[in-house]
Amino acid sequence: MPAELPAVRSEAAFEDYKLPLSPAQAVVEAGRCLFCHDAPCVTACPTHIDIPQFIRKIANGNDRGAARTILESNILGMSCARVCPVEVLCVGACVYNDLEEPPIQIGKLQRHATDRAFEEGWRFFEAGAPTGRRVALVGGGPASLAAAHELRRLGHACTIFERRGFLGGLNTTGIAPHKMKADRSLTEAEWVLGIGGIEVRTGAEVGRDVPLADLECEFDAVFVGIGLGADTRAALPGEELRGVQGAVAWIERMKLGDAGLADVRSAVVIGGGNTALDAVRELLALGVPQVTMLYRGSEDVMGGYAHEWAAAKDAGARAEWRAVAVAFEGAGALERVRCARTDEARKPIPGTEFTIAADLALVAIGQAKLGVALAGLAGIRVEGGVVRVDADGFTGRPGWYAGGDCANGGKEVVNAAAEGMAAARAIDRELAAGGGTGRKDKNGA
Amino acid sequence: MPDLSTDTGGIRSPNPFWLASAPPANSGAQIQRAFDAGWGGAVWKTLGTPIQNVSSRFGGHTIGGARGAGFNNIELITDRPVEVNLREIAETKKRWPHNPIIVSLMVETREEWREIIKRSTDAGADGLELNFGCPHGMCERGMGSAVGQEPAVNERITSWACEFSTVPVLVKLTPNVSDIVPHGMAAKRGGAHGVSLINTIKSIISVDIDRFVPEPRVGGLSTNGGYCGAAVKPIALHMVAALAREPGFGLPISGIGGVRNWRDAVEFMLLGSSTVQVCTEVMLRGYRVVEDMRDGLEEYMRAKGFARVHDMVGKAVPAFSEWGDLDMNYETVARIDAEKCIGCQLCVAACHDGAHQCIHPQEGSRVPRVDESECVGCNLCQIVCPAPGCITMERVENGYRPATWNDHVSHGAALRPKKGAH
Repeated sequence: MPAELPAVRSEAAFEDYKLPLSPAQAVVEAGRCLFCHDAPCVTACPTHIDIPQFIRKIANGNDRGAARTILESNILGMSCARVCPVEVLCVGACVYNDLEEPPIQIGKLQRHATDRAFEEGWRFFEAGAPTGRRVALVGGGPASLAAAHELRRLGHACTIFERRGFLGGLNTTGIAPHKMKADRSLTEAEWVLGIGGIEVRTGAEVGRDVPLADLECEFDAVFVGIGLGADTRAALPGEELRGVQGAVAWIERMKLGDAGLADVRSAVVIGGGNTALDAVRELLALGVPQVTMLYRGSEDVMGGYAHEWAAAKDAGARAEWRAVAVAFEGAGALERVRCARTDEARKPIPGTEFTIAADLALVAIGQAKLGVALAGLAGIRVEGGVVRVDADGFTGRPGWYAGGDCANGGKEVVNAAAEGMAAARAIDRELAAGGGTGRKDKNGA
Repeated sequence: MPDLSTDTGGIRSPNPFWLASAPPANSGAQIQRAFDAGWGGAVWKTLGTPIQNVSSRFGGHTIGGARGAGFNNIELITDRPVEVNLREIAETKKRWPHNPIIVSLMVETREEWREIIKRSTDAGADGLELNFGCPHGMCERGMGSAVGQEPAVNERITSWACEFSTVPVLVKLTPNVSDIVPHGMAAKRGGAHGVSLINTIKSIISVDIDRFVPEPRVGGLSTNGGYCGAAVKPIALHMVAALAREPGFGLPISGIGGVRNWRDAVEFMLLGSSTVQVCTEVMLRGYRVVEDMRDGLEEYMRAKGFARVHDMVGKAVPAFSEWGDLDMNYETVARIDAEKCIGCQLCVAACHDGAHQCIHPQEGSRVPRVDESECVGCNLCQIVCPAPGCITMERVENGYRPATWNDHVSHGAALRPKKGAH
């Protein structure tokens, strides 16, 4: 850790879509905050950052205190400032919306304080007195990073198992580059590791390189934050054609290397969620002349955020609402996507077929749920591929916790951070009470 | 169309807006530009034995992002030769015969007063203003507020000035006293035709927390300065009103202190000022601020049916009373309009931490609830509420007849039960 990123990455072409505030702008914007009591923005934030308090600190020239307030509640506050859908979270809850005044730009203020913390090298947290307890964290994404950091503050030794060569999970491989690029995620992961005492085993896939059950020999508790798996396949004729790809896989390629768009004139993105919208915006930004989103429902029921679709539309995206792909056609390489209109049940209506010329089709209809990997462990319930947990992330098997996409089915980075932190505190409580996996090597270690 | 012209102790002005004696009224060129912009009159920056000034001279107090909401200075009287000032006064009067120039003066001896008054009136002064107020620099030399703080000295010098002057004399009072009334009465006994107040307030505007030196900083030192600007208006209003309601005072008042716009001016007028003087707002924004002052005053007078400025002067003075004369049985409570509430709950925090703990959050709603049986009608919630018209203070009929504290003490008038006494 960290792995070097390739020098040439397609995502490098992107500029921030939300420019940072200048120090003077930050003070003015912070000065607008009403300092609400029991503020709705705090309630709306999954990590419950004390937003009015950190904003007041910025307004009074105490950026360091502001950064501490943010990171105290959310150690991934720097990336969340960039990647959170603030429009539907804190900013959407700002009371100024009801006053028909512009809401406080909370995300940008959070970015102001946390970027400053990174630039100045401010550190706020120290590892707790060693407890002698060891916790394994499976998966190196946001949930595990947040959990590990909190566990270290509480004095527990941590080991992160990450199958890739680097940390950050989807924060590194999946964030739309106009929000955040991969290197920023790696910087944040390193910053989190700065607390010390977090061992990272990259290239180690639990379940393949490390048997799940073996973890109980070495560790007092296990946190599972393995995220989601590969793109769900379209299962349509022609999906083996060159130019038909999973959207998540393509986004990762674009972020960590070359997006392979040199000869692409027309792209179709299948799906109506936020991954589809990200892909649409990225294809347009990288110069694909025609990008069409194909969604089986109508605009008002799409899963993706309305503000993201509005931005995609502004960038020139087209959409075919209430339409599905029925086949990919071409000789060796994709030439067109055959589509059909859908009925109320979102099923193809016979006789309504049409084609869209395309040399790239990205399938964004979901990702595999990896909870099944835990299905063999007694006490752990997996439903629809998602690990069932309580509010603390507890799975039902002593010492075993889960959080992030593998347990919530796929939400935001900020949800993963909140769940990781909650699980860390619950692990600490369980271990303090004498619980845990009943680590086998306890006496010999 | 309402008539904006005024008469303050015999000084007639086309409108009630005067430049105060200060940097904006330092030279003929400036004052002529001000008259071009629409100012009614100007009080020329104080003449006296020319002094020398320091760098820097001004300090600003930023409140919630509002720069210069408070302001102070350590600048002294004019630093230009008297004859240059007098020549420019004459030139300006020639160009603007109908806009009064009031010459501010500050000298020491009777002979000096005789001479400077003669020269000023010869140059065309329409009135004089005796600077008994400057709280920095000049007072250390026995002038300015050193005079204004001693009624006997004030009276003596005022009487000299009135003896020598052929034009009306205004006395400019310092607020750096515990009660303004004896000082206004001293000016009256000396024969003044009017008073102007307030001069600036003795102050330290701020401290440079990196250098450990107060501001404005002159090298490694600072000194107390005169505080002014929007933030001092409440103090100025009180002093103006205290004189306006004083039986036996009765002199015209030129109000000064934090006038930023026509609304501020109207407040000064309703409390007894026939003209207002402005400095800080001009220093911060320039002479053209007078346009809305005139325009807004005219619209206000039209809306209220005042034909002349003097019809409104002092209108609110009878309503300025002593605490013991207030009706203890007048009762109000806060009401929250749920339709207008934005759910910020600033009222909850304010009431719980800063008032009487009677506004409570409600389960399942962001709109708080007022416990009217505990609400003392203090206004705090209405003051903090950012949603226009959301919180109103409503009169409550409680069946008690009006009774003041004085009534209660003198003849046992019945008072309603106390509220908010948990």
